[in-house]
Amino acid sequence: MTLRGWFGTFAAIACVLGFGVTAQAGATLDKVKQAGQISCGVPTGIAGFAAPDSQGHWAGFDVDVCRALSAAIFGAADKVKYVPLTAQQRFTALQSGEVDLLSNNTTDTLQRDTALGLNFAPVVFYDGQGFMVPKKLGVKGAKDLNGATICVQPGTTTELNLADYFRANKMEFKPVVIEKLDEALSAFFSGRCDVFTGDSSALNANRLSQAPNPDDYVILPERISKEPLAPVVRHGDEEWNDIVRWVVYALIEAEEKGITQKNVDDMAKSDDPNIKRMLGVTPGMGKALGLDEKWAYNEIKLVGNYGEIFDRTLGKDTELKFDRGLNNLWTHGGLLYAMPIR
Amino acid sequence: MATDIIRRPARPSPWRNPAVRASVFQVLFVAAVLALGAFLVHNTVVNLRRQNIASGFSFLDREAAFGIGESLIPYSPADTYARAFLVGLLNTLYVAALGIVLATILGTVMGIARLSRNWLISKLAQIYVETFRNIPLLLQLFFWWGLLRESAPAPRQSWEPLPDVFVSNRGIAFPLPNPEPVYGWMALALCVGVVATVGISRWARQRQARTGEQFPTGWVGLGLILGLPLIVFLGGGAPLSLDRPELKGFNFAGGHAVSPEFAALLLGLVVYTGTFIAEIVRAGILAVSWGQSEAAMALGLKSGQRTRLIVLPQALRVIIPPITSTYLSLTKNSSLAVAIGYPDLVSVANTMINQTGQAVEGITMIMAVYLTISLTISVLMNLYNRAVALVER
Repeated sequence: MTLRGWFGTFAAIACVLGFGVTAQAGATLDKVKQAGQISCGVPTGIAGFAAPDSQGHWAGFDVDVCRALSAAIFGAADKVKYVPLTAQQRFTALQSGEVDLLSNNTTDTLQRDTALGLNFAPVVFYDGQGFMVPKKLGVKGAKDLNGATICVQPGTTTELNLADYFRANKMEFKPVVIEKLDEALSAFFSGRCDVFTGDSSALNANRLSQAPNPDDYVILPERISKEPLAPVVRHGDEEWNDIVRWVVYALIEAEEKGITQKNVDDMAKSDDPNIKRMLGVTPGMGKALGLDEKWAYNEIKLVGNYGEIFDRTLGKDTELKFDRGLNNLWTHGGLLYAMPIR
Repeated sequence: MATDIIRRPARPSPWRNPAVRASVFQVLFVAAVLALGAFLVHNTVVNLRRQNIASGFSFLDREAAFGIGESLIPYSPADTYARAFLVGLLNTLYVAALGIVLATILGTVMGIARLSRNWLISKLAQIYVETFRNIPLLLQLFFWWGLLRESAPAPRQSWEPLPDVFVSNRGIAFPLPNPEPVYGWMALALCVGVVATVGISRWARQRQARTGEQFPTGWVGLGLILGLPLIVFLGGGAPLSLDRPELKGFNFAGGHAVSPEFAALLLGLVVYTGTFIAEIVRAGILAVSWGQSEAAMALGLKSGQRTRLIVLPQALRVIIPPITSTYLSLTKNSSLAVAIGYPDLVSVANTMINQTGQAVEGITMIMAVYLTISLTISVLMNLYNRAVALVER
């Protein structure tokens, strides 16, 4: 574990040992308002999801989720403190109260939801685990990987899915477990491992942003797991959990209703009662959440709807060129389905 | 008659008795520490329960379900967390034990080399010590790991410096002899040789004390220790078949392979700790005053005897206590393995903590293990120290 990791773990333990954890209802929102910022746990650097841009500002899909939350609470998108956390550090950081939520490409699983004392917000990105290999190995599919050496990051579902997949197919593998993503990737690109495994979206981002020559590497067609990635909060603060949930739903609902960053002011004049409720023209929704009535309006005005965020960070407007695929509205054959805002 | 009444002072209150006072304070202090400990444990349990975070050690019996790259014992993801932890523990002990032996050898050689009258040798030793002692170990580990990874070729283009020894970026693969029944007897012969040598050296010492005659114990012992197993080996028909590493699919199968992670960790630990040992050895030798050597020369002892009988025993007394500390730090530094992907105790326990979420239990186990290892090393070194310490009469 890195020094930071140790520090985080000990901080977590110290908090659990010595002091009560802020777990009363509403405490997180009060704390956030008092601090004037949201402490948001993001990945240590995955192109498209969370990475500092050329000016040193954090940008990406995960980052925009934090910004949307900030916009809903403060009416300004920049009241966020980004805390880069590795896969290993993130849960202790959340449990100990170091961060208020994780927007950290975290897979929603039963174990984490229960034994780790976490609550998952709605899924913001449907992913699946895949394998990246050098083209020159001539591997056609994951079934050809018997005996391969595989670089993987610890503390993720990735590590478990990998072991499960090889067991299910009666194949052998040799894991090389490296905590820091950069170190793990450089080990793979230098040929220490035959295969690098991770969520396929992140794999593609890694390939494009970090491979010496991206065309020398391919991502195998198999997806060996379901990886629904969602923001995470602690057990014990239902009000905060609600806020994060509905902030995510509002992004999706806005896309479905065709409300965009550009037209949100015009849409506020709409006669559609659903849109009026959502944008706070008809009051009630904000009060129910304990937020300003303009919460959803601010989100969309300052950050954009789900589709805009996706296109800007991962999709057609970027080098990554992700297909919407499963991450499209249910009306377009995807899985995104916001609960009614009423 | 006036009687002198000698007024004895009343018995001083127990409060003024230093012994009583000291024990009262000690009892109070222990009680305070225990109370604090109990409070922390209680608070932890309450907090964990309130957040619905699982606690207790029952997770150790559950299936680990993650893979471990290197293991001294058979391990598969179907095994339990307890076994995964054991794999990590053995990996730590393995690298620490090898590291201690090699660092001692390297350090001793370098320490003596620094005292050499040969300018080049002493300067080289000095450069080694000053360079590697002053660079953080973590950086050195990344350096060695990167070097091994980047400079070695892929498995299919691996170097073969010796027949059947393959060097690639997957590590060093070398052949191992297949087990034969004769090898068991050879081990027995080795034991017999060692025991016989110990006996002979005792006898030789007594004879020398009695008669003053010397006996070439060293050569005879060497002959016994090496010769006996060799005779058994040849007598058994000299069976030797090698399990050769072969390129199968992605990697080498058969033989034995040392991974770059293990090699980098061992190299880093040995080179880094070796510098401290070199300085300790140098200091120990310099601590024996020159007069001792002059006295030995005056008695007509040869150079080798002088070192072995006069200088070294006295230097060891100075060397042993600080060297114990370096052994302890080497063992603890092995936990930096996590940075370069060697599955040591901390690395495995980290994964365990993350999959189960039971950080308190996991960290407790890590601490307990390191404490046990460190105390064991301390006890052994203290026993050895007592054996070589100056016995004052």
